[in-house]
Amino acid sequence: MRRYPNDRLVVYQGGTGMNMEPQPMPLGAGLGLKPAHYDEAQRARMPGLWFEVHPENYMVDGGPRLAWLETIRGHHPISLHGVALSLAAAAPPDEAHLLRLKTLAQRVQPALVSEHLAWSAWRGHYLPDLLPFPRTHEALTRIAANIERTQEVLCRPIAIENPAHYLTIEGHDWSETDFIRELCVRTGCGLLLDVNNVYVSARNVGIDALAYVDAVPADCIMEIHLAGHSLDADASPALVIDSHDTDVDDAVWALYRHVIGRVGPRPTLIERDDNIPAFELLRVERELAQAMLDSATQRDRDANADRNEVDA
Amino acid sequence: MNGSLERFQDAFVDALFDAAPDDEQMVRLHDQPGFAVYRNTVFKGCVDALQANFPAVARLVGEPWFRSAAAAYVREHAPADARLVHYGADFPAFLEGFGPARDLPYLAEVARLDALWVQAHTARDDVSIDAAAVAALSAEALGQAILRPHATARWVAFDTMPAFTIWRANREGRDVPGDLVWQGERALLLRAFGEVTWMPLSAAGYAFLDACAEGRPFDAAAACALDAQPDAALGNVVGELLAAGTFSAVETARR
Repeated sequence: MRRYPNDRLVVYQGGTGMNMEPQPMPLGAGLGLKPAHYDEAQRARMPGLWFEVHPENYMVDGGPRLAWLETIRGHHPISLHGVALSLAAAAPPDEAHLLRLKTLAQRVQPALVSEHLAWSAWRGHYLPDLLPFPRTHEALTRIAANIERTQEVLCRPIAIENPAHYLTIEGHDWSETDFIRELCVRTGCGLLLDVNNVYVSARNVGIDALAYVDAVPADCIMEIHLAGHSLDADASPALVIDSHDTDVDDAVWALYRHVIGRVGPRPTLIERDDNIPAFELLRVERELAQAMLDSATQRDRDANADRNEVDA
Repeated sequence: MNGSLERFQDAFVDALFDAAPDDEQMVRLHDQPGFAVYRNTVFKGCVDALQANFPAVARLVGEPWFRSAAAAYVREHAPADARLVHYGADFPAFLEGFGPARDLPYLAEVARLDALWVQAHTARDDVSIDAAAVAALSAEALGQAILRPHATARWVAFDTMPAFTIWRANREGRDVPGDLVWQGERALLLRAFGEVTWMPLSAAGYAFLDACAEGRPFDAAAACALDAQPDAALGNVVGELLAAGTFSAVETARR
């Protein structure tokens, strides 16, 4: 596994060594930063709170948006969650885009940087979606090289998010969890486990959600995403859409509880990109995630104390 | 198999843009209801970006008309990169040649103003000098000094139509004035104090700014302004520009 000189990987460190006290978790439950909430986001003071943004929206030379981000960065950790590196394209990442990402990262010193296991740019055009591909040996080699190039430019490991699926694709050489595990081993990248995407994919293409979250490499999970989905009843058969336009579903909360029960607390983001409610309502949803993280932290602490007692 | 990912992506993009797939694998993907989810997301993302970037055009023509025109644009000009705030640079030119917009000759010019707003909104931050910085100079020193336009300043002239008045009304959520005079206009957009602001420009003010941007000294720029508009009150013209924060520096000749 590659190491990076200024490795700013901020993941939960607790519960790994026999005599090690769990470290305080720097990132608890975070929220996607929405322009409508800039004022409240800046004023909010909650333990563990952090904010995530799409870096592409802040790749500008100046102006109020960038100024707001820097102000909020003064109070909260920021995560850069990219949508445009197109790591799964059969081409290296666009160097100009990569440079803009690096410039922004130097400016806001993000706690986390993540991207998607998908492609969104091809032959000089940007296609604003996260597109699927067959998980072949060829794709694995290409994506590993693209992740390595990204990490080389940014001088840090990135986390890769599992996508939501709507198509049954033929010709996979790898299961998605093995594919991700192999990418983590080859490049030193981490996993951004989107629990809602697992649920959506399970409904649409018939994977087993519980088996999926149990199969992902626990040590590699740098971040978890939670979001709401919706039903497209017009499609036949009906599809579940990763729409980010409603509250997190109970089934996704249950899956999340299971994940952190297995892997321990990890930085967790509530994503909301459409039909955006008042900040207060997102805050309440975020507190639910934070409470689950807090109790997982407590469980880790108790388990550690027990182990120490046995050692003594 | 090397090259298969590339072929997959070529075929997928063709299918997204409605070409009938000839590859058997792509036919089977295309026939699944899930394919439309990707196509809709790609088009919605592009059209939403255009609607956000061209709000005055959208208000003028209404949302359904706008989204249909925008979708036609997306088919011809998919975004070149992920900075969707800059998407639509060719949209004004596209509207100029867009058949259904034939009866709205001002639409492309309104789109140009929306595009300039985005430029002013996202340009690098800069400082403004005030009138005192200029007043401190002797008449001789000022005559040879160069006023540098603010990094966010954008100015534009419309020869034959009141595109600025139409744009401005839509941008400010008002009706276009009933006494609209059908004549050319000039305008300045600027982000000197936090948010983008706009103001009409006289012929003299427009010529003065152009000359300053070319690096001409004050006296020469003033001559250009009076050439464009002989009856201009030059002190007022420059004073208004300074008050708006239009200049970032006054560079005096070194002795």
